[in-house]
Amino acid sequence: MAGYVVDDRARMVFSVDRETMVSPDILRGEERAIFGTCWIYVGHGSEVAKPGDFRTRDVAGRPVIFCRDRNGEVRALFNTCRHRGAAVCTEREGNARSLTCSYHGWSYDIGGALAAVPGEDAYGPHFDKAQLGLVPVPRLESYRDFYFLNLDRGAPSLDDYLAGAKDYIDLVVEQSPSGRLEIVAGVQEYDIRANWKLLVENSVDDYHLPTTHSTWLNYMRSAGVTTRPQREAGLLLPTRGAGKDLGNGHLTTDNVNFRGRPVAAWISIYGEDAKDDIAAIRHELVARLGEARAARIADTNRNLVIFPNVVINDGSSVTVRTFYPTAPDHMRVTAWALGPVEETPAQRARRLDAFLTFYGPGGFATPDDVAELELVQRGFANWREVRWSDMSRGMAKDEAAQLNTDEGHLRVFWRRWNALMETAR
Amino acid sequence: MTVTRAEIEELFFREAELLDAWRLEAWLGLLTDDARYYVPPNDNPDADHRTTLFIIADDNARLKERVRRIADPNCHAEHPHSRTRRLIGNVRIVDDSGAAIRVAANFIVHRFRRGEDVRVFVGEYRYVLRREGGALKIAERRAILDAEELGTLGLVSFIL
Repeated sequence: MAGYVVDDRARMVFSVDRETMVSPDILRGEERAIFGTCWIYVGHGSEVAKPGDFRTRDVAGRPVIFCRDRNGEVRALFNTCRHRGAAVCTEREGNARSLTCSYHGWSYDIGGALAAVPGEDAYGPHFDKAQLGLVPVPRLESYRDFYFLNLDRGAPSLDDYLAGAKDYIDLVVEQSPSGRLEIVAGVQEYDIRANWKLLVENSVDDYHLPTTHSTWLNYMRSAGVTTRPQREAGLLLPTRGAGKDLGNGHLTTDNVNFRGRPVAAWISIYGEDAKDDIAAIRHELVARLGEARAARIADTNRNLVIFPNVVINDGSSVTVRTFYPTAPDHMRVTAWALGPVEETPAQRARRLDAFLTFYGPGGFATPDDVAELELVQRGFANWREVRWSDMSRGMAKDEAAQLNTDEGHLRVFWRRWNALMETAR
Repeated sequence: MTVTRAEIEELFFREAELLDAWRLEAWLGLLTDDARYYVPPNDNPDADHRTTLFIIADDNARLKERVRRIADPNCHAEHPHSRTRRLIGNVRIVDDSGAAIRVAANFIVHRFRRGEDVRVFVGEYRYVLRREGGALKIAERRAILDAEELGTLGLVSFIL
């Protein structure tokens, strides 16, 4: 059986088999080889800030309860009753001392321990409630309050797994004076009729910006933002930037910013009256981290992919976005806004407003990304006759010279994907 | 000056007609110069857009840019345009004691695109209306979706 990826550096050919985007067998392989072995994003610690706080969500296709127990420890429990299987917790979110299964009434404390069983006297002497708590996910680890689970008990630590992605998470976390971020209320949950890997590619593909997002660029210009193209060195695009390999399949764009940053680069969209406030945020950043680090944070923007399915866009605003396939041609997307806990009401409002200039199902750019991904998926119905997608852009240059508008960072994803899928064959 | 349900319905029906016909510039004429447009998140329909991430939270300038954007053939999400058909009912006058008249109505919007399943948006409109030179105008429109998540509805790329 031929490989799914042709990676010929001598001939500068990189092609991806479109069967990977349409095949139910490949999706089943991904469930084992990728989602069954990689660290998968569960949530942010701020979403379960107090003991007893919980959120229910699907992670890697598993319904889980993401919660903080009475001792303050963050947990992720499979949301299924040990008795006969019903999902125990049906609320989207809340704070609870205990969770009671609505079917036969088994109840668990918020840490998952089985507390009470109606009619317990009907069970035999070997019935041991201590062994019948809600099952925790095999591994749950965090980096700077971002929690990930792993279904493979033998996986390397999250810290090792994240490799170079940690530096880019740090660039987000350092936007808070106390190093504390929070997920803002209001979740965006929407489906895309396309293979999940297309959203990985799209999230970091700056080649598509001038064509897919011309109406967004028009809006930015109309609002007085300079998006002046810089055409030196073969660049097509209004930014100068890089596409980077961060190890273990993680990748990022790393661009000179023109689009404004809530922390902290003013653009006209924020309004004249925001100038002083942005300058004050910038001043705090410089005082705390020094001029160079402050400029690194505030004057570049970055779209980070943590392999396989979480994206942190640190751009017009900060969004955490994760997605999971329900079929080869269908994914579910969940997206949140993220910001420093100490933001003033005006700063928070500005962050959310800036978010909606680009991101989300009603934003000025994301809808066109979704439209393109669905067009790609429609085109893939021809996969038997038109089999290969080209991803060779930039291959004539060194890996270290890959621009954000090249496809070097997309190749990083696909090489990792291919290596993991090979092991599963 | 009092307002009648019939007068409000007349405005709603005119608005629906213009939006379904994609006569967006004419539709803007039904709005006040400071009109705002909100679609709150599905999980938090009563929230404030300054503290909660919305799907859409347009001030007037952004709303005009939105109209310009979705009328542009390079707005890929809406080109070719969706066909929509809106049904508006259960119109209620919530508060007409002041200059700002608060009204509510239920809506069903069917959205059709070639090669796609029909998508049905169901929810409640909450409007703030004002009289300008005798005419009722829309100062704020809020479209609150009943769906627990956007899910298969996908995008809100047309004017809901």
